[in-house]
Amino acid sequence: MPKYAARAAVMRAGPHVRHCRSPNACDRTGARQGPGGAEERVSTTLLSIRGLTKAYPGVTANDDVSFDVAKGEVHALLGENGAGKSTLVKMIYGLVKPDSGAMTLDGAPFVPTEPRAARASGAAMVFQHFSLFDAMTVAENIALGMEDPPRLRDLATRIREVSDQYGLPLDPARRVGDLSAGERQRVEIVRCLLQDPRLLIMDEPTSVLTPQEVRILFATLSKLAADGVSILYISHKLEEIRALCNRATILRQGRKVASCLPADTTAREMAEMMVGGSFKTPARARRATGEIALEISDLSLPPASAFGTALKHVALTVRQGEILGIGGVAGNGQDELLAALSGEMRSRADAIRLFGQPIGRLGPEARRRRRLLSAPEQRLGHAAAPDMSLTENAFLTAKDREGLARRGFIGWRAARGFAEKIISTFDVRTPGPDTAARALSGGNLQKFVIGREMLQRPEVLVVNQPTWGVDAAAAASIRQALLDLTASGAAVVCISQDLDELMEISDRFAVLNEGRLSKARTTGDLSVEDIGLMMGGAHGMEVAHAPA
Amino acid sequence: MDLSSIDPVVLMASVIVASTPILLAALGELVVERAGVLNLGVEGMMITGAICGFAIAVNTGSPLLGFAAAAAGGAALSLLFALLTQFALANQVASGLALTLFGLGLSALLGQGYVGVKPPPTAALDFGPLTDLPVLGRVLFSHDLMVYVALGLVAAVWGFLRFSRAGLILRAVGESHDAAHALGYKVVRVRVLAIVFGGACAGLGGAYISLARVPQWTEGMTAGAGWIALALVVFASWKAGRVLLGAWLFGGVSVLQLNLQAAGAQFPVASLGWITLAACAAYLGYVLWQRQEISGRTRVILGVTAFAGAAFSYWRQGVYVPFQVEYLSMSPYLITIVVLVIMSFDKSRAPGSLGRIFHASQ
Amino acid sequence: MLRLEHRPQPSARWTWLAPPLAVLITMIAGGALFAALGKNPVDTIRTIFWDPLFGEFAFYYRPQLLVKAAPLILIAIGLSLGFRAGIWNIGAEGQYIVGAITGAGAGLAFYPLDAWFIFPLMILAGALGGFLWAMIPAVLRARFGTNEILVSLMLVYVAEQLLAKMALGLLRNPEGRGFPGSRNLQQYAPAHNAEIIANTGIHWGVLAAFIAVIFAYILLARHVLGYQIKLTGQAPRAARFAGVNTERLVFICLGLSGALAGLAGMFEVAGPAGQISIEFNVGYGFTAIIVAFLGRLHPLGIQLAGLLMALTYIGGEAAESSLQLPAAAIQVFQGMLLFFLLAVDVLSNFRLRLSRTEAA
Repeated sequence: MPKYAARAAVMRAGPHVRHCRSPNACDRTGARQGPGGAEERVSTTLLSIRGLTKAYPGVTANDDVSFDVAKGEVHALLGENGAGKSTLVKMIYGLVKPDSGAMTLDGAPFVPTEPRAARASGAAMVFQHFSLFDAMTVAENIALGMEDPPRLRDLATRIREVSDQYGLPLDPARRVGDLSAGERQRVEIVRCLLQDPRLLIMDEPTSVLTPQEVRILFATLSKLAADGVSILYISHKLEEIRALCNRATILRQGRKVASCLPADTTAREMAEMMVGGSFKTPARARRATGEIALEISDLSLPPASAFGTALKHVALTVRQGEILGIGGVAGNGQDELLAALSGEMRSRADAIRLFGQPIGRLGPEARRRRRLLSAPEQRLGHAAAPDMSLTENAFLTAKDREGLARRGFIGWRAARGFAEKIISTFDVRTPGPDTAARALSGGNLQKFVIGREMLQRPEVLVVNQPTWGVDAAAAASIRQALLDLTASGAAVVCISQDLDELMEISDRFAVLNEGRLSKARTTGDLSVEDIGLMMGGAHGMEVAHAPA
Repeated sequence: MDLSSIDPVVLMASVIVASTPILLAALGELVVERAGVLNLGVEGMMITGAICGFAIAVNTGSPLLGFAAAAAGGAALSLLFALLTQFALANQVASGLALTLFGLGLSALLGQGYVGVKPPPTAALDFGPLTDLPVLGRVLFSHDLMVYVALGLVAAVWGFLRFSRAGLILRAVGESHDAAHALGYKVVRVRVLAIVFGGACAGLGGAYISLARVPQWTEGMTAGAGWIALALVVFASWKAGRVLLGAWLFGGVSVLQLNLQAAGAQFPVASLGWITLAACAAYLGYVLWQRQEISGRTRVILGVTAFAGAAFSYWRQGVYVPFQVEYLSMSPYLITIVVLVIMSFDKSRAPGSLGRIFHASQ
Repeated sequence: MLRLEHRPQPSARWTWLAPPLAVLITMIAGGALFAALGKNPVDTIRTIFWDPLFGEFAFYYRPQLLVKAAPLILIAIGLSLGFRAGIWNIGAEGQYIVGAITGAGAGLAFYPLDAWFIFPLMILAGALGGFLWAMIPAVLRARFGTNEILVSLMLVYVAEQLLAKMALGLLRNPEGRGFPGSRNLQQYAPAHNAEIIANTGIHWGVLAAFIAVIFAYILLARHVLGYQIKLTGQAPRAARFAGVNTERLVFICLGLSGALAGLAGMFEVAGPAGQISIEFNVGYGFTAIIVAFLGRLHPLGIQLAGLLMALTYIGGEAAESSLQLPAAAIQVFQGMLLFFLLAVDVLSNFRLRLSRTEAA
């Protein structure tokens, strides 16, 4: 399992900066330099970016970024959350207009004023979120992403052709809302392929795929690259980039800090360039597990929303001092499982037991009083109210356990004190407890939310995607906090789509797939292959084959 | 009781007339809501259209110009709503209410000189021999232009949403404005156009009341028709064809109650009990069909209500009272409520972005 | 080109500056409207906004101000709680009517008995009537998920018919020689909502409005229920996560606003209006929506907004009689006020920026 070792190795690397082994492979000055020198390769350059800059109030998203993407190349754009990758590709796709800088596409000036113009020039994009319409069919979704779509019936035929050719099975008549995450991504990819793109932009495409699906996707991408399509591949997953990409450009805080040849660079080196230093690995003490803290047996629930997933006969146990990791691709029942545990969704009383007591019928407040706490995935709007101050948000879940209300009247001073305690204990960077939650960065708000639950001394803590969209330093500190919590005897259920994270911190590991939970297995015994199979394998995808 | 004075053919013809205003307004609102905007100002736009159309028709002597002016007036008012919700990003519920309150005031102000004035008559189209067909001629081929415009609009909206590229884009914007924006569609532009279309339709509907259906001008004469049109969109599950059915249903109820008032019909009191009993049975049937659990409390309430209904019917068997004008006048509104309740069982979804504020920076 | 930029957090300054600014803009636009109607805008504005407070006949108008403001404030306080929670009761007019009918009915049932308990009983009956009328949309929404906006509004029209029926039937004055309308409660002392202090306009409804303001202020600022109301409106999912029972909240918010509107109707019928008649209701239930928004859904703001809106009513009537300003012009004026407020509101969450054209 080299993949999971890599990240841990990076984190253990210590504070001193490492240097690259070969000056050719790694270039920290930021100047453009491809293998074999840049000048004689001009004719093979498809996209050239020079000095792109974009500033938003209070933050410079991109600062003087320059690099080239060659024809038929898979080019990685690597950086942490918030490094400016998304803004950069939005400029290439015409969604955001740069403040300054220039681009050329195949030698000609490239100034896309809107996505339509970008598409007309041969650029296509697969989004991480937000570009499919749940209530519409696959064919309608694809038509919406094309300039001159043929009639729907002809389009359906072409969709079948293309999806056959690349091993991405799709039924044009199905409603997108009923598709799995992997299938939804296929819709986006097919949508791009139908336009014969010259440049394909992919934003974090593997975050919703099982390892097997990732492998198939890579085969598809390699085939496309061989056909001459350039691919701009955005990710923060290092092993992926090493396996797939010809070159990599690394962004940090909006600037290009380095470029390298991934094949010749270690994951550790790339990580250091990405993060700009090293930090402590979460330390994990051996601990003895105690009695069963939380037990779910035969829990079935209807979906939480129109396109949610029903839970089917879910069963699990968590012991004191243990972290149970629950993996799986998004949309396979994670939200429902969290809601069932937090008390937002009720179930049969004995479906959920806390230290043997049936709690399935209790609401969120009653469960909190019994020291079962939780932190949902969506920070703004679910775990916290965006427009409310941190003091008010501290009160949100801590009312009873921290004694912040007496006879129905709120003790605002006590609530403020609790908010301040969270802020100082968990190093939340904010002007103070009167700041609105939405003004905090993702990482800081996540620290606040996790901190709010942890400071209430839970017996059982359930977290969903605790480090989603959080920068590496904050993610490490959140993981450390989870480990520390179990060391003090609490049980933790960690639902996450980040397999690296689960392998790093969990003692046992189970997978949610279409609302069913697999049997939990001890983490140390698992290989990537095992995990992939637990996640449902390749979901019917097949390796791309040559056109007939 | 004497219902013989009610001629079913005339009744059906007047149902078509009575349904036209809400049909027009509801079609407009349907398009607006499919684009993801909830405009609660239909009542305000209708009444504004009613007076704009009335004033212009009276002054020019041409009902057609009147209808054109009504569409323009409704559209102008809806632009205010578009300005508030699409550019100033105001809450759509509040803005819609504001539009209604403002429209009611504005129409009263504009209509001051027109109370008691007779508008030029809106002539029926000439269908030649078709009009003389028995029954059909009277029901289908005896109406003025706007009735056919409204019916044509049903087909046009249906076809537009289902087959055209622009309709596809409009639905996409209403389903998820973030996704539509990411694909490069102009969310605000699409929505403004939809809002203006909705305003024009509401204006036409209002003018049909003041120029053809009533025809005269009185303050607040739309009397909730705009709200019923809003309910109609929910009733129709955002589908154009069903809007037509709904409009006929509501038109039918209002015409029927007027006829009953005129005929001095008698009301069998026992039927109240039967209706109660039937409602209990329908609810029970629904619950069983959905295989939901029934709590003990619900069971008791249901049982007691059903028994009370049955007992009441038995007790009041054969007792008739005259229909009271006020209670008959309530009926369209009460039916609207009943229909809304029934439709809330239908879980087919509203457009995904309905009522949500869109701002490109997010 | 002007561009809107999201503020990291709502601007406290603009939250308070927006309403006065909206009033100012409305005065300017209103002045233009009055000028278009052929009136001198300055005179008209002065007649509406200055004279009733500080003019020659202020002694007459000032008590009127409280009389008109009380029902507006009472209703708007109730509405504001629901609006904050995302529960849209826009049928307050109907609850107001039904409260008046049940309140007056309770009083008239005892006619001509002279007993101390009649007025308190009427207060209870009025609140209960409004409460029950509001329970219809509440039950339908909580049980079936039916849209409360449309249902509560439909019930206004039903209530109006009910009012007509009552004025002509059950509650008609038997000694009224066949004219529609009930007995005049002003002439039935135990049921009369008289002024508490003579010539101040302060009747029991005014007192109730003040109590409601204080009650709502404490509720929103200090009580868990107020917190839950705000939380549910701003982030419904977070509210469920926090453990708020949203169904219960629907009942509380609609019930409270219905009861307050019913109270307002009862105080009105037993005092200033005097009797149940066909034209008893004058749209307070709808104007209160403007009052609630203008007051920023904040109890103290609503108090001020209620007084301001009462002023436009009184000043409007004065302008109607002295300047022949059409009554509808005031209605337009009030509608404009809400428009401008909603438009100016954007500044508390967004910043206006001049910018080069943006691609997005």
